[in-house]
Amino acid sequence: MLILECPYCGVKAEETELSPGGEAHLKRFGPGSTGEEFEAYMFARKNPKGVHFERWRHAYGCGKWFLAARCTATLEVFGTYSAQTTEPPAEIVEKIKAKRPDWKGTK
Amino acid sequence: MKRYSVFAIAREALRYHQGWEKAWRAPAPKPAYDAIIIGAGGHGLATAYYLGKNYGITNVAILEKGWLGGGNTGRNTTIIRSNYLQDPSAAIYNKALSLYEDLSQDLNYNVMFSPRGLLMLAQTHHEVRGYLRTVHANNLQGVKTEWIGPEKVKELVPIINIDGPRYPVLGALYQARGGTARHDAVAWGYARACSAMGMDIIQQCEVTGVRSENGQVTGVETTKGFIGTRKLGIVVAGHSGQVADMAGFRLPVESLALQALVSEPIKPCMDVVVMANTVHGYMSQSDKGEMVIGGGTDGFNNFTQRGSFHHIEETLRALVETFPMISRLKMLRQWGGIVDMTGDRSPIISKTPLGNCFINCGWGTGGFKAIPGSGWAMAELMAKGEPGPLAAEFNMWRFREGQFIDESVAAGVAH
Ligand SMILES: Cc1cc2nc3c(=O)[nH]c(=O)nc-3n(C[C@H](O)[C@H](O)[C@H](O)COP(=O)(O)OP(=O)(O)OC[C@H]3O[C@@H](n4cnc5c(N)ncnc54)[C@H](O)[C@@H]3O)c2cc1C
Ligand SMILES: [Zn+2]
Repeated sequence: MLILECPYCGVKAEETELSPGGEAHLKRFGPGSTGEEFEAYMFARKNPKGVHFERWRHAYGCGKWFLAARCTATLEVFGTYSAQTTEPPAEIVEKIKAKRPDWKGTK
Repeated sequence: MKRYSVFAIAREALRYHQGWEKAWRAPAPKPAYDAIIIGAGGHGLATAYYLGKNYGITNVAILEKGWLGGGNTGRNTTIIRSNYLQDPSAAIYNKALSLYEDLSQDLNYNVMFSPRGLLMLAQTHHEVRGYLRTVHANNLQGVKTEWIGPEKVKELVPIINIDGPRYPVLGALYQARGGTARHDAVAWGYARACSAMGMDIIQQCEVTGVRSENGQVTGVETTKGFIGTRKLGIVVAGHSGQVADMAGFRLPVESLALQALVSEPIKPCMDVVVMANTVHGYMSQSDKGEMVIGGGTDGFNNFTQRGSFHHIEETLRALVETFPMISRLKMLRQWGGIVDMTGDRSPIISKTPLGNCFINCGWGTGGFKAIPGSGWAMAELMAKGEPGPLAAEFNMWRFREGQFIDESVAAGVAH
């Protein structure tokens, strides 16, 4: 059972309280963008076997969206952080590097 | 290869079954092949089989990191149907169904194909309209399906509760030609036939890198060393993104866990397959008597072949309402597979940015039924270098062009 701590209300929420929202930090594209850009935004996904950054919503709690760093190969959670970011914060990156020394970083 | 037959059984019965030979060889890899297929699941093995059978290409290796058929092919709930909404899907799934019908004879291996009929229950008015539309589409495609009312459903499935409080059964989409087959036997039957054509199935051999020069693959790095090839087929389901990454391109695919479970064996009580997409559950009875049960995927990216318990709970909760008699059944086993989901829930059978490298993936939660058709189409693509009519629309560039083959609206659960 996956347990994530909501960075807004501080509740350690188990999976049934949360809804998953897919890959985090996607670059959004709007009208006037090329086919490649729309494809990248809507369909191309990193889908890593290992460190992954995701959007989650504390659906049956405070209702807010937040982001989580997780390992898809072991289901280990590295940490959660605010959704008002464009990349993972330094302290999360440090935690990941401490546990996964050969992690190549976000591609 | 010694053929299996009634005479072989009689002969072996007279000599204590000492004369059966191994179903396939376990060779060491040669330095190079005309074609390499990565992944010995159903789709990879069927691709190799039709490369040999339809195109005479037999200097082929199939590389498998675990054991053959140990991926989703050996973990699925074996539903076979071809009642899809979109024309390209109907074409390839119906090709697959037709090939399944005489696969046991073709492979000389009993895959236990059982066209026992398949129902997709409509439990909301929205679903009624959706399935009526599918029936009309199927009739135009030449795929015989019919709409049946609740009384007929009850007649076909006596254990069903048609007036459940939340989701009464309003009717069903019925495909009499649909059914099940034995999943392991499909993998084993293709493997035996491939081995008999002289192909090398190399198990415990993980591909760790793809070597290329001037936009052409030259070979693959594996845990058993480098193996050269003229053509490469990537058929690795949940790990498609990882192998594509080795070959230097990205796919519109995400890997999620999908779970299934079986009950203790009971006497025969249901001789059709029943799917209930609104409540995300489906059930059939195996020849051993187990109720085989599945539902929807888990919600997040996962490579562990384990899912979350609450998903199983949701599936069973919904099915208990529809089949009250299962409420006292003990569940025997539960497991998960890693399914490769695309943005439009349809597969990819495609050329790639590398000239002699081809990919077959994205079958997600519903590719067991497609194995023979997919192998047929993929073999054509690999042999000719260009897709035939079955594969053309499943190219990986359709997402850029917005030419989706949108089955996600056609069925909530696409098994
Ligand atoms: C629980 C569950 C229920 C399902 N129910 C149904 C159903 O009822 N009906 C239906 O039609 N479909 C169903 N499916 C879907 C179906 O199982 C799959 O679509 C189908 O089996 C995919 O076959 P495949 O050959 O592409 O993949 P797999 O059988 O997964 O084979 C891929 C192989 O590639 C190997 N591999 C991966 N990476 C490497 C590497 N780097 N090097 C070498 N080998 C590698 C893997 O070990 C694996 O054996 C279900 C799936 C699951 C998980
Ligand atoms: Zn919260």
